[in-house]
Amino acid sequence: MSDIRRTVDAVWRIEGARIVATLARLTRDLGLAEDLAQEAIVDALSQWPESGVPQNAGAWLTAVAKRKAIDSWRRRERLDERYRTMARDLSEATDDEWQPIDDDVVRLVFTSCHPVLSRESQVALTLRVVAGLTTEEIARLLLVPIATVQQRIVRAKRTLSAAHVPFESPDPSEWTSRLAAVLGVVYLVFTEGYAATSGDRWIRTELANEAVRLGRVLAGLLPREPEVHGLLALMELQASRFAARVAPDGSPILLGDQDRSHWDRPRIERGRAALALSDELGRGRGSYAVQAAIAECHATAPSVGETDWERIVVLYEVLGRIAPSPVVELNRAVAISMATGPANALLIVDRLVSEGALRGSHLLPSVRGELLTRLGRVAEARAELFTAADLAGNERESAVLRAKATAL
Amino acid sequence: MKYMLIMRDSQEAFEASKEIDFEEIINAMGAYNDSMTKAGVLAEAQGLAPAEDGFVVDFAGEKPIVTDGPYGETHELFNGFWIIEVSSKEEAIEWASRAPLGPGTKLEVREIPSFEATFADYADNEYVKKGIAEGL
Repeated sequence: MSDIRRTVDAVWRIEGARIVATLARLTRDLGLAEDLAQEAIVDALSQWPESGVPQNAGAWLTAVAKRKAIDSWRRRERLDERYRTMARDLSEATDDEWQPIDDDVVRLVFTSCHPVLSRESQVALTLRVVAGLTTEEIARLLLVPIATVQQRIVRAKRTLSAAHVPFESPDPSEWTSRLAAVLGVVYLVFTEGYAATSGDRWIRTELANEAVRLGRVLAGLLPREPEVHGLLALMELQASRFAARVAPDGSPILLGDQDRSHWDRPRIERGRAALALSDELGRGRGSYAVQAAIAECHATAPSVGETDWERIVVLYEVLGRIAPSPVVELNRAVAISMATGPANALLIVDRLVSEGALRGSHLLPSVRGELLTRLGRVAEARAELFTAADLAGNERESAVLRAKATAL
Repeated sequence: MKYMLIMRDSQEAFEASKEIDFEEIINAMGAYNDSMTKAGVLAEAQGLAPAEDGFVVDFAGEKPIVTDGPYGETHELFNGFWIIEVSSKEEAIEWASRAPLGPGTKLEVREIPSFEATFADYADNEYVKKGIAEGL
């Protein structure tokens, strides 16, 4: 890669969001704004080797992109009066000094995560225009071909345009659900990187770090939103276990078996600070903050035995109220088994079984197998663990379960 | 990737800065730090107390010798630093170039490699293991 390409990429990384956000405000069209920014980048790649990198590269790119918009509208003004007006408005706006405003970036975030877009498109567009990554970088991080990323971005832009999505922040009536969608996209990027045990470990860590960086950006843009800090806290606290959760041979190490001295202390402290910020806003904890609080209990406990399981049980009860799901119930059961013994936990798990929850997943039989083992009901336990092993999608996990069953 | 931006002022620049309205400096630095916080890249920033309050410990002889600052022969004084987390060297160059600093001041920019990378050949060493665990 040429030096100038790398410099342009770095400028895009830092200024991309604000360039696209400014252009989208002026043209009222995010897709067009991104196209224009791309064209400006092409100009930069050809001109900067001669002229040098301008002092304010972001302003340069924005100005060039604006000029391109005006030129294209002028060419079309004979066809449509509307373009004449838009070209005139934009020419007047170009005289202003480039002063990107946070509100534009907030609009950009909400538009990139708009509910008319598929999750895949939301992720691709957010990484492209908010995180300022190149399509090559996105492809490498998501383990998909470059063409696929380009396609997702093109589709996202077409969808926004077809749905006439305005470049606006959501109304107060929609704010909570739209913010949840934004946080959902960021957390999805994080879990993509965090959960995958396949693929190059470093690349996956990089993807999770990208999500943390996005979380920090959001915390800067929306400092009064407790769940923004809650999500950042959750990601920092979970990421603190990165180094400890995979054995040298690549097999996953469960929380209870992890060497806690390998947990990343500075990350834990950053996570706890973010959770404290969320709490300071005094509007109660949302589901991310509650999950962060659970992660904090683990992060601060010296061992499994010294973990405050009663507190974790209460936090799972709260989480079950805010965001009920069978997985939360199952986690609550595991916490109860640690706090007060396997018998009470088994009641919850059996209820989940009778409700037909999590059918086809290995989670329920594997937890049930563990509880039965602890209750000394060996034959039943073995059967459950074998069932779980058959259902586990991951070969390594399956092998661990089979070994447990055989050892009984 | 982590980089440390090390601020090195010449004595002249330090004297000259006394002429500038301190509030202006605070505002410029504050805006710079804010922009890095908002971009999610700023890990830490610290300024240092004046060099005349510092001291140097010299290991040239048998016993370490302590001398009060400022440090005689040094032409530039280390007065503060930032630590940023970025995705490329070019991004570090971009951020460093935006620091609100003037003539007589330089930023020395150094990568802080991961502990794991630095000591890759000594992965079995107890201190190296401990360092990695502590997130160094």
